[in-house]
Amino acid sequence: MRDQIILRIAAKILVGPILLFALYVQFHGDYGPGGGFQAGVIFAAGIILYALVFGLDQARAVIPMGVVMWCGTLGVLIFGGVGVVAMLMGGNYLDYGVLLHDASHAQHIGILLVEAGVLVTVFGVMVTLFYSFAGRRRAG
Amino acid sequence: MSAHLPAIQIVVPLLAAALCVLVPWKRVSWGIAFAGSVTAFFAAIGLLSRVLDGEEIRYALGGWAAPWGIEYRIDAVNALVLLIVAGIGVVVTPFALKSVERELDGRRIPLFYGAWMLCLCGLLGIAITGDAFNIFVFLEISSLSAYALIAMGSDRRALVSAFRYLIMGSVGASFIVIGIGLLYVETGTLNLADLAERLPALHGERTVLVAFAFLTVGTSLKLALFPLHLWLPNAYTFAPSAVTAFLAATATKVAVYVLLRFFFTVFGTAYSFEQLRLGVWLLPLALVAIFTMSLVAIFQGNVKRMLAYSSVAQIGYIILGVSFASVTGLTAATLHLFNHALMKGALFLALGCVMYRVGSVHIDALRGLGRRMPWTMAAFTAGGLSLIGVPLTVGFVSKWFLVLGALEQGMWPVAALVLVTSTMAVVYIWRVVEAIYFGEPSPRAESATEAPLSLLVPTWALIVANLYFGIDATLTTSVAGQAARTLLGGAP
Repeated sequence: MRDQIILRIAAKILVGPILLFALYVQFHGDYGPGGGFQAGVIFAAGIILYALVFGLDQARAVIPMGVVMWCGTLGVLIFGGVGVVAMLMGGNYLDYGVLLHDASHAQHIGILLVEAGVLVTVFGVMVTLFYSFAGRRRAG
Repeated sequence: MSAHLPAIQIVVPLLAAALCVLVPWKRVSWGIAFAGSVTAFFAAIGLLSRVLDGEEIRYALGGWAAPWGIEYRIDAVNALVLLIVAGIGVVVTPFALKSVERELDGRRIPLFYGAWMLCLCGLLGIAITGDAFNIFVFLEISSLSAYALIAMGSDRRALVSAFRYLIMGSVGASFIVIGIGLLYVETGTLNLADLAERLPALHGERTVLVAFAFLTVGTSLKLALFPLHLWLPNAYTFAPSAVTAFLAATATKVAVYVLLRFFFTVFGTAYSFEQLRLGVWLLPLALVAIFTMSLVAIFQGNVKRMLAYSSVAQIGYIILGVSFASVTGLTAATLHLFNHALMKGALFLALGCVMYRVGSVHIDALRGLGRRMPWTMAAFTAGGLSLIGVPLTVGFVSKWFLVLGALEQGMWPVAALVLVTSTMAVVYIWRVVEAIYFGEPSPRAESATEAPLSLLVPTWALIVANLYFGIDATLTTSVAGQAARTLLGGAP
């Protein structure tokens, strides 16, 4: 698609705002529609759009396969880790109320951290799937 | 910390799964998986001992009280299932170390242990949770990882059989989620105990009947009840040896637990067995499963496939016990859940040793191995005797209770059929034993030596359990009896 100038310019303009919008959906998730899953999908869509227009190799140079697979598991550890920390601080598993002195503030922080874990995992898994299928023929 | 045992039971394997994939070294990855399975095992023992003291354990995840939040709820039934799954996990994981290195491509080993821990987490999760939708989520976790584990088999046919299992398993899972959805529409709750309270008022409703049908068929697909067993033989035959041993001993058992939970706790015995007369439907299916699958097993050349067909027959025995809907019948069923896990685990592990040394588990490859691999073959023979139901093994104990249950219902022909089909097990086990001890060794068997200790010790651990619980069955029968009474709604 190197000769498709309109597509390339449009993609170049769009990728940045898409990633930013993903973060908006992420941090807006606890007040309105949105959250980690949607944000992860949108963030991955930004990378996938980049890969579709500029080629798989370019995308892999930006974010290598190893990193996205690592993200896929790291998110699980963030999510589970928040639960374990809550357990160590005297609450039940995933009971965010005990994370800080003020229970409602703690609930806010807790859900934000857990959603961050969801974002990282969903992003990692989406891009891993795309890389694996897109790179199938070439890897052999 | 003991108050958090229910959470630890699930969270440790889950986090271990993520860690297994993160580390690039295969031995470290195995170490993490082993640590995870040991923790899960001790958590299961802790939970069982608390349940045996007469306590019903409830754990509110995230501090949200049931029925709004998800709760883990453990009584004698699921404490036993947790012990089966975690116990098999802790025995098979050490076996996997060398067996998997031999059968798998080195780069995939960290991913293998990731999927392995996820499968353990999913199976434990199904057993521990008290929330219907949570059951579905854990079912998908365990099934998806099981498909991946089976597809890693060295034979290329593993891919096809894993795909077939995926299609059948997904149909089963969709049926289950449709059933749960209908129950939610009708009652507005997903908590199992809450469902059990609200359903009796709605027993005449068509929606509840449809939900019941979807749940029964979906779960029967997962537990490979005849005639929905077609995915099982290939999946077990072509999976890596350690995976076959683990799944054969746990996956179908957990599905049987789900069936028991829905039949007896959620819908209630009065609805399932008196109003809908489920026993009339389950009994013939179980008998056909036992009879035809034992017959098919006799004619298999591949010993792994033979044992896979035998597994479908053994599930028939479990369902036979369930169909009586009596304390003795359910004791036999839950007892056989435990005992069958021990015997099939041991037999598949012994075959894993053969695969490690000889590279094939066809009956021709086993010829004359009795002298080359005496310990492995002795283990296979002992496991086979247990499968037949010879006294002093666990197989005898479960057949005993099954026959008692049948006689209690006045079903003499059924009791006779149980005994007749046991002789069919003699035929298919004897074919292998004859080849092992009296056959002329093949060239490959000639050069084989005894399996390494890291494979022999887990195999023999299960054989010893087979004999121990066959001789002193007080612990297993008392837990199974308590489970049966809990299911039928009496005092524990």
